[in-house]
Amino acid sequence: MNNPTARRWAEPLRVFGLVLPAWAALGVFFVAPLAIMLVISFAQRDAYGGIRPIEDLRAYLRSWQWLANYRQSFEGMYLTILWRSVWMAVATTAICILISYPVAYYIALLARPRWKNLLLVLAVVPFWTSFLIRTYAWMLILRTQGLANTVLLSSGLIHQPLDLLYNDFAVMIGLVYGELPFMILPLYASLEKLDRTLLEAAADLGAARAATFWRVTVPLTMPGIVAGVVLVFIPSIGQFIVSDLLGGAKTVLVGNLINDQFSWARNRPFGSALAFEVTAVVLATVAWYAIYARKRGGMEGL
Amino acid sequence: MSARSAWGGRLLAAHAWAVYLFLYAPIAILIVFSFNNEKQTAVWKGFTTQWYSALLDDRFIRTPVANSLIVAGASTAVATIVGTLAALGLARYKLIPRPLGQGATRGLLMLPLVIPEIVVGAALLTFFGVIDWELSLWTVIIAHVGFSTSYVAVVVGARLAGFDRTLEEAAADLGAGPLATFVRVKLPLILPGIVAGALLAFTVSIDDYVITSFVAGTGATTLPLYIYSKLKTGVTPEVNAVSTALLLFTVVLILIAQWLLRPRSGATPGGEK
Repeated sequence: MNNPTARRWAEPLRVFGLVLPAWAALGVFFVAPLAIMLVISFAQRDAYGGIRPIEDLRAYLRSWQWLANYRQSFEGMYLTILWRSVWMAVATTAICILISYPVAYYIALLARPRWKNLLLVLAVVPFWTSFLIRTYAWMLILRTQGLANTVLLSSGLIHQPLDLLYNDFAVMIGLVYGELPFMILPLYASLEKLDRTLLEAAADLGAARAATFWRVTVPLTMPGIVAGVVLVFIPSIGQFIVSDLLGGAKTVLVGNLINDQFSWARNRPFGSALAFEVTAVVLATVAWYAIYARKRGGMEGL
Repeated sequence: MSARSAWGGRLLAAHAWAVYLFLYAPIAILIVFSFNNEKQTAVWKGFTTQWYSALLDDRFIRTPVANSLIVAGASTAVATIVGTLAALGLARYKLIPRPLGQGATRGLLMLPLVIPEIVVGAALLTFFGVIDWELSLWTVIIAHVGFSTSYVAVVVGARLAGFDRTLEEAAADLGAGPLATFVRVKLPLILPGIVAGALLAFTVSIDDYVITSFVAGTGATTLPLYIYSKLKTGVTPEVNAVSTALLLFTVVLILIAQWLLRPRSGATPGGEK
């Protein structure tokens, strides 16, 4: 250790040793699979559901066939599904902001300390519990013989059970229900850090309460809103369980389409291309967040 | 301002409680139905525990339960070690030059948390096909190590962010070697974070459906896969019972993790300055 060169390298080597297992595990079993799938997304399937070997790479590249899967995904029924996935994810995000902001505001600024901790734990728990089971619970409510129809029928409001399940409405409920905690928590974190004296200052200077809210509170909590948008939009765009269980065959999202290509449709190259379109949207969202966070600064803990 | 403000406050409180009702009512309904003495409809026909006793007698559920415990246990054990080491490395990373710097490692650890599960599952299925590995319980464990490592690294990393480096320096000044400093000073302080990270990783693993559905071989059916196949064919009271049991089991783990991660009284948030 007396050798200065050895000392200079000892600490970096130790740090390197600490992160190496994670690099190895994620490199081999996460990055490599994604890279392989990216390559396959430019290939074609063969008649048996495998991947057709490319004999002449140069001719293949010149024929533009390598883009065929991506081109196909923007045609006809597939374009409809992609478009539906995007607008449903955007709608879910918007609804989650509208519902969550007042809740986060209440927890951060108005709730008594005793209630505050309980409300926070209650917001965190669904975050970690089974998405599958939480979605399934809505099947119990919405199905033909479910709770909603039973209550409505026995109250005499309706005489025929309503078709509440297997449509866009059911999927929207499932998405908002599933992603809501992801919006409440970052909004709470940013509202909690809000300097209340600024709100008082705005009021003292004669600002109306609405003006204070829109021109002081909302801009100051924008980091929380942005983090919430990212945390809700990303899982919504790649959703599979909600649309499969609550949408049935009617409301198919891109996640279901990908799943189909890898199961019964046996068109892995096309499924890979779809998966990369989703990944591109996700990574673009993350990049937008990273740029925003760098410009804004001070977004630790969000 | 006070009269209007009071009404506004009450309105916000009412809204908050309504949202919490929306979050928890479906779960409550599931639990209630698991005790309902009725097979088909949503009408309450009296209290019963027969669906739970049916579960205990069901031979077909034993393998999925065992598989889930094996997968969650094995993947959590590996992920806890790898994830904790990565978090420890990241906390003192400033010395490593780019391009292998902190940003790249952080980004790599965040990937499993942001890439949609359906993409990860499809990629792993393709990967195991290319390298010609037969799908089994092993492939499920490997798949789960990926996301579990990230969860552990994030939770332990958050704990380390509040770690007071001066304690380490004090131990060194008092003559403790690096190993003694780590084992007797640092490890006890971050151990709650490690245990909480492990509990949360275990929870996510035992609940995972999407990735598992891609990489599980025949005979490697886990509990969520079993539940899914059941509820695709129709709602049954047994599914309500097994779902309730799994839900309550994981909630206990989550609450323990939350308790371990609670802000310590007297400690300044942020810790090191």
